[in-house]
Amino acid sequence: GDKSSLMMKMNYSSSTTDRTFNILDGTIDKNSVEYKENLSNMNTTLKQLKENIEKIKLGGGKKLNDKNISRGKMLVRERIEALVDVGSPFLEFSQLAGWEMYGKEEVSAGGIVTGIGKIHGIECVIVANDSTVKGGTYFPITVKKHLRAQEIAQENNLPCIYLVDSGGANLPRQADVFPDRDHFGRIFFNQANMSAKRIPQIAVVMGSCTAGGAYVPAMADESVIVKGTGTIFLGGPPLVKAATGEVVTSEELGGADLHCRTSGVTDHYARDDAEAIAITRRIVSNLNRKKQPSPVITPTEEPLYPTSELAGIVPSDLKKNFDIRKVIARLVDGSRFDEFKELYGTTLICGFSRVHGMPVGIIANNGILFSESAVKGAHFIELCNQRGIPLLFLQNITGFMVGKTYESKGIAKDGAKMVMAVATAKVPKITMIIGGSFGAGNYGMCGRSYSPRFLYMWPNAKISVMGGEQAASVLAQIQKDNMAKDNKQWSLEEENSFKKPISDKFEEEGSIYYSSARCWDDGVIDPQDSRKVIALSLSACLNQPINPPSDGFGVFRM
Amino acid sequence: ITNVNKDLKVKPITKILIANRGEIACRVMRTAKSKGVKTVAVYSEADKNSLHVSMADESYLIGPAAAKESYLCGNKILEVAKRSGAQAIHPGYGFLSENSDFADLCEKEGIIFIGPPSDAIKAMGSKSASKDIMIKAGVPTIPGYHGEDQSMSVLKREAAKIGYPVLIKAVMGGGGKGMRIVEREEDLEDGVESSKREAIASFGDSRVLVEKYLVHPRHVEIQVFADRHGNCVHLFERDCSVQRRHQKIIEEAPAPHLSEELRKKMGDAAVAAAKAVGYVGAGTVEFILSADNTFFFMEMNTRLQVEHPITEMITKQDLVEWQLKVAESQTLPLEQEQLKIHGHSFEARIYAENPDSDFLPGTGKLAHLSTPTPSDTLRVETGVRQGDEVSVYYDPMIAKLVVWDQDREKALRYLRNALDEYHIIGLNTNISFLKRLSTHPSFMAGEVETGFIPIHKESLMAPQAPMSDDSLALAATSLLLKEINQQQNKEDPNSPWSSLGGFRINHNLKKQVKFNQKDNKVVVDVEFLGGSGKQNFRVTLNNGKVVEVLDAKLNQNNETISAHVNGRFYNNIKSVIVKDTLTIFNEGQQYQLDIPQDIKPKGGDGVLGSLVSPMPGKITKVMVNVGDSVKKGQPILLMEAMKMEHTIRSPIDGKVESLPYNVNEIVEDKKTLAVIV
Repeated sequence: GDKSSLMMKMNYSSSTTDRTFNILDGTIDKNSVEYKENLSNMNTTLKQLKENIEKIKLGGGKKLNDKNISRGKMLVRERIEALVDVGSPFLEFSQLAGWEMYGKEEVSAGGIVTGIGKIHGIECVIVANDSTVKGGTYFPITVKKHLRAQEIAQENNLPCIYLVDSGGANLPRQADVFPDRDHFGRIFFNQANMSAKRIPQIAVVMGSCTAGGAYVPAMADESVIVKGTGTIFLGGPPLVKAATGEVVTSEELGGADLHCRTSGVTDHYARDDAEAIAITRRIVSNLNRKKQPSPVITPTEEPLYPTSELAGIVPSDLKKNFDIRKVIARLVDGSRFDEFKELYGTTLICGFSRVHGMPVGIIANNGILFSESAVKGAHFIELCNQRGIPLLFLQNITGFMVGKTYESKGIAKDGAKMVMAVATAKVPKITMIIGGSFGAGNYGMCGRSYSPRFLYMWPNAKISVMGGEQAASVLAQIQKDNMAKDNKQWSLEEENSFKKPISDKFEEEGSIYYSSARCWDDGVIDPQDSRKVIALSLSACLNQPINPPSDGFGVFRM
Repeated sequence: ITNVNKDLKVKPITKILIANRGEIACRVMRTAKSKGVKTVAVYSEADKNSLHVSMADESYLIGPAAAKESYLCGNKILEVAKRSGAQAIHPGYGFLSENSDFADLCEKEGIIFIGPPSDAIKAMGSKSASKDIMIKAGVPTIPGYHGEDQSMSVLKREAAKIGYPVLIKAVMGGGGKGMRIVEREEDLEDGVESSKREAIASFGDSRVLVEKYLVHPRHVEIQVFADRHGNCVHLFERDCSVQRRHQKIIEEAPAPHLSEELRKKMGDAAVAAAKAVGYVGAGTVEFILSADNTFFFMEMNTRLQVEHPITEMITKQDLVEWQLKVAESQTLPLEQEQLKIHGHSFEARIYAENPDSDFLPGTGKLAHLSTPTPSDTLRVETGVRQGDEVSVYYDPMIAKLVVWDQDREKALRYLRNALDEYHIIGLNTNISFLKRLSTHPSFMAGEVETGFIPIHKESLMAPQAPMSDDSLALAATSLLLKEINQQQNKEDPNSPWSSLGGFRINHNLKKQVKFNQKDNKVVVDVEFLGGSGKQNFRVTLNNGKVVEVLDAKLNQNNETISAHVNGRFYNNIKSVIVKDTLTIFNEGQQYQLDIPQDIKPKGGDGVLGSLVSPMPGKITKVMVNVGDSVKKGQPILLMEAMKMEHTIRSPIDGKVESLPYNVNEIVEDKKTLAVIV
């Protein structure tokens, strides 16, 4: 009796500890001046962002949309809504693509809407041309966004659905669209190679597919075409007439009847967009795919602190410090975080959490990177890689520590260890830039070049080789040194007017609009959506089995 | 017990056969089982999966669906009784219950017929014979003159004898033709003459009869019980005045506004009636009760009645148990003085029928069925389950809802609330009508009479109140939540792709929900406001109103929704989708919303000139052949449905391309009967 009751007590106490001790203290002072100021700044930025997104969502504008509708066509976003399961999430990529990139020519969303949506329970990458934007022609950014969506599909083993409605390459820009490796032709190369990897490629012809564009349906595993609006031909009626003198209508030359009944270029005949989408959903339901997530997944726990407070935690002034644990406490299940090497290399926070029940190893900046922080990061990445645990980088980094002491201790070597680990890790990596992303910190913290499966930015984030002021000062210092050699003096005004354009240029090029317009990231998101975006991305990653290394080296203690 | 015949040997019954189906078969089996008596069911081909079949200890197939070939086949049933070793047959009501030949047959075969002797059945089976017996026994019958002498002086004399007001009817009459109510002697001549004129025009026979005209008549019946030892008691009355199509739909016991004195008088008269025919077992003596408290014998039903449960509720007796005891030749369990009325009970009959089209019976599948929870004071007497079919072959009654409470007012409130919890989808029912009936002020006041429904037709047939904003918002959001929940991936149950409904980057998902409510198109815009586990929505209704639906969540197999709607909490409101129709039950109302299909059906743009069956029924005649040329409006075929004949006509000039059905085939509703091109 005594012994068993003692046992029960012990069990009880141990499980109690286990239930609570990994919970982060996420409390913040919501009445503080900083919190209120941060919140207000973020809200202003977000309001502007969301207004811009509303504009982008209109594609080519009301007039062109109306024309599109009058032809019996659905708008690109309506097509996507009809395609995905009712009320399911749609993880849209790079809404800001093309933003202010082509002078007066507005290329909303890059003229193409891409993202991951669920069709009959199967997560698919959807690539949909917006014919109201420049006739759906491919600008350089359209190509980049299309290829990036295919890359996401390939890396995460997701079927691709192409809703094709495009006039093909944008002819005036053919030099930036056609010849290079990552240009138009790569789309079909990717289709072929994904098909070879048994990643289904489905094309739905809901508008023109001219010239090169004809290969999207032609290279697809299965294709649908809409009668009356969908056409596929290598050369359109004007080109045919010019070349051979033959007079022919679009429908005769490459319409649904021709391709479904005679040429066999397409497999399914739809009377309108809605039917084409219904057929496509049936195609997906017959793909015979089963998502089998390899990690151990537990039931979802909400964080103990609301994600809406994230906007008040991060300062708009990137020089100001904040405790990254307050952010983590608002992103992860139950605000639980099993921290690794809590007392060592404290400017880099590493630990294990779960998001919607999925395990994740978090690497988050809490200050500048020192040698200790870098080797700690490398060690932790090795752990996650060994265990098949996806990595989440919360990036807010001005760079590695500089100075003689640090160079002499080999910070470059230690930084390299982290970069090496990040570059070679085989587990899925997701990067969220929540503040600054500067210099080599960007590499160590899995910037774009390190192929994270997904990379998102908060609206306050900045990305450049170094901060604007810092760059201006560096360049000014060099200039000053050169002038000093010539015994020239530099007035403060002169120095300031030298620095201003440099710092302005860095500011502009470091902004999220500049970054996201060029698809340096997969999208700018509202901080309070971070948990959802991470969860959806992580879950999408799990479509690709995670195979931990079976041989090679063990975990190096560094 | 007063009379005990020591010569009568008690014959214990250990196994009975129930020669019936549906709720009454189940009802009889329940008592039998509780008494340890084994049960044998018989069933037709249409009933092979019915509840009564699965309830019985043994079940035997006796023939095709048509009752004539199954439940009415006495010899087949007796064969099963012998084969299974049942000592007695309970006939239930309807079918063979009042068939004296069957009762005789049972006796001949040595099987106890649980009912009266065949002589009693025969005696009560004939209207005129039973009336004579009643007059002899001193039981009041409706005074009238049926004589051959049609002279005005005789008619006048007889009318005066009967007492005004009187009713003049054509002897050959029917359908109200030739019927006149005469209030005063000076109007008699006119009345008789016009009645005769109409009678000769309609029937070629001018003879009329004169009867007492009853003002505000009520149908009050007395439950009687007699044993083989010569004891007979009554178990008080039931008021079954409220009827439609000459069928009861709501019954109560005791009858409202009935004095103790009158109750005793009627009870005694009923016992006298039973004794006059040597009655044994359960029977019901039906009286018509006039507003002046005079009452007259109408007929005696020699069986256990549909509405017997309300008598059980107020007497705390089990009448089937009494029947079994009497069949075993035991004496009645109680004497008259031991029987008392406790509280008040109502029975509402739930029918598959359409009150809006003159209570036309319906058929179909009970796609969704849920009932209030049965208890000591609430009984759901039914023979069907969710998924069962109400077929064209048998009575369209789905269930009897029986409630009991201390007094009439409470019992009626109880009935109303229980009806709110009775949810049926898949076919038309009279539930809404019963709700209106049970809350009608005149009904609540107990002012019942046989003409109740026609008199109050307008208020009882009031069109359904339009759907409330909250109900529409709940319907739209429940539809979306159902879709979301359906998509859950079994391999990945926690997936945020399932739980983060409607999430969009930097904007909110707006989804249009379209419904067709009868002929109206209803379009609702639903904006997803996020939420995990529970969803928040902003709903813009078709009238422009904006409704917030917060913390919305589906429960109970996704069949109910709970949510805060503009500051009001709705707990588990039922919302069920069957085929392409969403049905929502809220605040005692049932609304049906069709979910339109945006996608055209495969295979051409619809077939021109196809003819679709308006309701389930039988093809009685096919007037054309495939290949015939037909004119627009030309009859193509005849269909009998619900005892009515429908002529299906060509909608266009054209040629008959196909006729998929043959004569005598049963057709479900909305089936293509012919294609004309």
